[in-house]
Amino acid sequence: MKLSLGPVQYYWPRDVLLRFYKEVAASPVDIVYLGEVVCSRRHEMRLPDWIEVAQRLREAGKEVVLSTQVLLESGSDVASMHRIAEQEEFQVEANDMGAVRCLSGKAPFVAGPHLNLYNADSLQWMAGLGARRWVAPLEMKRTDLAVLQQSRPPGLQTEVFAFGRLPLAFSARCFTARHHNLPKDDCRFSCIADPDGMLLSTREGEPFLVLNGIQTQSARVHSLLRDFESAAAIGVDVLRLSPQAKSMMDVIGLFDEVRRGTRSPEDADRQLRALLPGAECNGYWHGRAGLENAAAEAR
Amino acid sequence: MSPAPTVTDSAAAARPFELVCPAGSLPALRQAVDHGANCVYLGLRDATNARNFAGLNFDEAAIAAGVSYAHSSGCKVLMAINTYPQAADPKPWHNAIDRAVDLGVDAVIMADPGLMRYAAAKHPRLRLHLSVQGSATNYEAINFYHEQFGIQRAVLPRVLSLEQVRQVVDRTPVEIEVFGFGSLCVMVEGRCALSSYVTGESPNTHGVCSPAKYVRWQETPAGLEARLGGLLIDRYAPGEKAGYPTLCKGRFDVGDEQSYYAVEEPTSLNTLELLPQLMKMGVCAVKIEGRQRSPAYVAQVTKVWREAIDHCLREQHRYAVKTGWMAQLDQLAEGQQHTLGAYHRPWK
Repeated sequence: MKLSLGPVQYYWPRDVLLRFYKEVAASPVDIVYLGEVVCSRRHEMRLPDWIEVAQRLREAGKEVVLSTQVLLESGSDVASMHRIAEQEEFQVEANDMGAVRCLSGKAPFVAGPHLNLYNADSLQWMAGLGARRWVAPLEMKRTDLAVLQQSRPPGLQTEVFAFGRLPLAFSARCFTARHHNLPKDDCRFSCIADPDGMLLSTREGEPFLVLNGIQTQSARVHSLLRDFESAAAIGVDVLRLSPQAKSMMDVIGLFDEVRRGTRSPEDADRQLRALLPGAECNGYWHGRAGLENAAAEAR
Repeated sequence: MSPAPTVTDSAAAARPFELVCPAGSLPALRQAVDHGANCVYLGLRDATNARNFAGLNFDEAAIAAGVSYAHSSGCKVLMAINTYPQAADPKPWHNAIDRAVDLGVDAVIMADPGLMRYAAAKHPRLRLHLSVQGSATNYEAINFYHEQFGIQRAVLPRVLSLEQVRQVVDRTPVEIEVFGFGSLCVMVEGRCALSSYVTGESPNTHGVCSPAKYVRWQETPAGLEARLGGLLIDRYAPGEKAGYPTLCKGRFDVGDEQSYYAVEEPTSLNTLELLPQLMKMGVCAVKIEGRQRSPAYVAQVTKVWREAIDHCLREQHRYAVKTGWMAQLDQLAEGQQHTLGAYHRPWK
């Protein structure tokens, strides 16, 4: 099974990003998704910068994919998406149907996790447009994915979001700006101060969500490390690991050891827990509420 | 990539402007029709529609009666089949499309591309609307659904500014419908899994957000507590008006900010004052949210909006929101407050 590194969801300073991807180049991930997927106001990196990082990762032997922004609101958001879709050097992950339109019939692409492909009819359609890989919706349970795997169009790989805070929602509002009492259009780029987002807790102090600009994430960290075997059993091709600010290379290392069989999922999971910015969860995979932490089921 | 189609002002101006009203039940449908809706929208009593609330919605007999009642007044019936068919059993969604055709509805409102493909192939004359649950916020996405499935109308998620709505309308041949009044969802519809994160059920999968069966109310010494799936969503002081614990409308702690509406206040969207601009830019319909509301609510909102639209159609340049309209709508609004939401950029 391959490991992929999803796009960085947070606003990290340029030098932090460049240092991070230098480490990624030497890490055991097979596929790297690059680009800004959350907010067009984040300008530490522009497309030429991403292409440069992409070239270096390719030289290091990685498959590189450029991801498009999930929510396209303005004309300039659409124009940025066009620039990514029109470059021919790297494959593209489409995170909106507008991007799918620009890529279909042109080059093979990856259908991102926010396209809402929940059933065989939609998957067939997407494969016919030229998708060579698709990422299952976050909410999808293992048993539903197993059904889809059986009728999967030939040549279409399946990727599953297997690690990281879950990108649960996208909004008209910037919650980081709102927290600082700033309008969205004058946000002063305040989310750069929160490399793992801002924790939102209930009034009983229970960590619930993480605010990351216009995106809302889970406070708990979704992990399918213990469920590795059940993902392998249904023929998942790629596990996606979503970057967090600290210890990401160690996280990648643990998933790598499990896929190589040099460490048991249970042992790796014990190690993993010490590296997480929040409690662990895997409920979606087990057909339960996403925040639940269910025991692994072997299959 | 094909060039974006453009729509001329005169073509836009020639379009009718429709008031699309919610019908969570047959009595609500009758109220909407009687008070001047151009279209009503409804759904089956199951997970095939995104407002799958207990005790609401329609069986086939009620739809047949509703279609007959609406059509006798020249009102159209739109049927929402706007959740995502689940992998294990997509049949209920296919059946819903076939039933919609048999029942003579005027259009179906859909979000799932696989289902649109089914509908377009099996019922080529059926009119397709792209649901807000389809998350199409830009002309590329909307034109794509148009090319692929022949959709004739798209409902925009409530995340665009007025200028962004204009940009979409200018670059698509598809009719554009926007939300005018009702509960405000600040997330892009179709791209929000907060509800399933807490309860296992979401609008995309089960047609419902923050389902009532996971709600618990509890009187405590600290005040009345509202929980969803065990999580404290809000706590109300004595005498404070309690709202339904929709999880994004709770009060939470972030950093050193305690107990505030970190995501969304309980407030309603109200775009009455934008009517002339919406009409002028070529928006073709305004949608009233609220299939979970009572027939009396539907009657009052429909009446005010009918009056406002007729007034605006008659004298666009002299249109002004009447204080009486606003007062009536504020009575019905969540938290008795209204907002222009994302249409208004400085909104926080």
